[in-house]
Amino acid sequence: MTTGAAAVTAEPEVESLGARIRGNIRSGNLGSTPVIIALGFVVLAFALWAPNFFTPVNFSNLIGQLAGTCMLAYGVVFVLLIGEIDLSIAFVSGIAGVLVARLQLPTGAHLPGWLCILIALVATTLIGAFQGTIVARIGVPSFVVTLAGLLIWQGVILQSIPQGVIVIQDHLINDVYGYFFSDTAGWIMGVVISAIYLVVTLGSALSGRRHGIAIRDPLMLVFKCVAIPAIVLVTVWICNKDRGVPFALLLVVAMLLILTFLAKRTTFGRHVYAVGGNAEAARRAGINVARIRILVFMISGFMSGLGGIVLAARLNSVDLNAGGGTLLIDAISAAVIGGTSLFGGRGEVRNALIGSALIATIANGMNIKGYSTGTIYIVTGAILLLAVTFDTIARRVQLRAGR
Amino acid sequence: MSDAALLELRGIYKSFGSVQALTDVDFEVRAGEVMALVGDNGAGKSTLIKCVAGIHPMDEGEIVFDGRPVSIHGPKDAAKLGIEVVYQDLALCDNLDVVQNMYLGREERDWFQRLKEPPMEAKTAQTLKSLAVTTIKSIRQPVATLSGGQRQSVAVARAVMWNSRLVILDEPTAALGVSQTEQVLALVRRLAEQGLAVVLISHNLHDIFETATRITVLRLGRDVGVFDRDKTTQEEVVHAITAGIPTKVAGIPGTGQGAAS
Repeated sequence: MTTGAAAVTAEPEVESLGARIRGNIRSGNLGSTPVIIALGFVVLAFALWAPNFFTPVNFSNLIGQLAGTCMLAYGVVFVLLIGEIDLSIAFVSGIAGVLVARLQLPTGAHLPGWLCILIALVATTLIGAFQGTIVARIGVPSFVVTLAGLLIWQGVILQSIPQGVIVIQDHLINDVYGYFFSDTAGWIMGVVISAIYLVVTLGSALSGRRHGIAIRDPLMLVFKCVAIPAIVLVTVWICNKDRGVPFALLLVVAMLLILTFLAKRTTFGRHVYAVGGNAEAARRAGINVARIRILVFMISGFMSGLGGIVLAARLNSVDLNAGGGTLLIDAISAAVIGGTSLFGGRGEVRNALIGSALIATIANGMNIKGYSTGTIYIVTGAILLLAVTFDTIARRVQLRAGR
Repeated sequence: MSDAALLELRGIYKSFGSVQALTDVDFEVRAGEVMALVGDNGAGKSTLIKCVAGIHPMDEGEIVFDGRPVSIHGPKDAAKLGIEVVYQDLALCDNLDVVQNMYLGREERDWFQRLKEPPMEAKTAQTLKSLAVTTIKSIRQPVATLSGGQRQSVAVARAVMWNSRLVILDEPTAALGVSQTEQVLALVRRLAEQGLAVVLISHNLHDIFETATRITVLRLGRDVGVFDRDKTTQEEVVHAITAGIPTKVAGIPGTGQGAAS
């Protein structure tokens, strides 16, 4: 390069979309694109093929089915980003369910709903802090610590529901899953969320321009600014055809925005990626690696708690199966299928939503078609295997691209 | 180049248990010069710079920085003085891009902990340009996609960006090919031309004679001589590395200087 300041600050040159995609494939940097395409195909297939799949009622159901798992998966993304694993999330979420159920019992503590929720979230966050501290300060592998957690918290759940099931009567708690906004409220939320997205996206592009940084991919920017609001508003429209926007959907979207902000726009998020990429480099750069690790396990605990409350509210009760079944596998699979690397340092919060949407859609559609649970497991497992294989190959390609 | 030393170490002792790693070592580097630090494996080069970087506390000795005696108890103290170390294994995060690596641990943020990306990106571009690092296509590409020489350049640029006055490079060319080594050595020379003090640790005498102004030789934890690049030969330096005699002998006054000139 022989030109002066303008050329340097204006780089990178704006590439064509095709060149960018080719470059991304070469460097193994695909993110969630393949999953979004896969999700599109799955939805299309079921829409043509499964009766009553492509209806507003089923869309509402689908959101309910993915909301709880998605909360847990959001937390899993952070844990995977620092290259660790948290196997205790499902039963920690069960603990949150048991806590809210027991605390609201009219014959027991009978605390107000909001206080039950607060206590449950604080408790699960502290569980995360406890497990994270053992991992970060003492150096016990997270796999073992959280495997122990899996057993311990399952044991606690079994011990604390002697009657086998607790019914949740508190309305506020049940509304976490079962509340539907009015049509008008839904539209207002849709418009507000779209507006926030546009302001943030365009704002950062323009502030870059002020500092002499060219907009990297104008086509993509325009596409995003049209597509995301469109998706939001169409979602509201479909929900309004049924019972309205469910509170669970608001929770899914709100946490997506908050956690994405945390991961991509704050110092903390940057340090999470750094610890996952090269913990030693992060340490030498003056980052308190142990603190970051503990905070990430606290996020995992908090999101598990939130997910557990959604799941409990969905059933209006908790029983001995709280946190059991495929919840753990689904949450981790969702994050991984969405494109989060198991090797740490690569992934985004939205991967969790895309992954859990894919898993829930497959389960939902195959269920409608009358396939057995066994078949659904086999298909989901195959997709998980495919996603991890893909991640491993992508990583190898990326390493090679650097040499 | 000024004659006063920017960093001066006097009588440094350091032991790890029963192993005496450094014995009565003197060392100095001036602003605007490249001081090479050479010696065989185990001669104490890395230990010496780790004492300066604040990673190991030294047992005894005095550090004078910019004419004032200072004490360095941790990496933060060193950074505050303007001492930056580029480690052998680079310490870059592969998954982060060039800008993110340059600012790692020192991100610019507002009151809400939000990252201020545009100024960071602009400053990175400016720093790389001032060092004539022009082979990097985009400063928003992950470091994993860069070549070894480019990665080394990023690591060096990161050290320079923070108003540093002394940059210590630990084997910066050890893993590089011929043309990339050339690139990095040119960068090292530019740092000195810009008035920084540079300490270059290397095994490669060819690189050193091409880059350094002066050469300090360590042997078995003692300094065995300081050579002017222009007044010495590779044979003389090799001899000092393998069979050098300490310039200072305890108890014999007047052996403090010049014994190996």
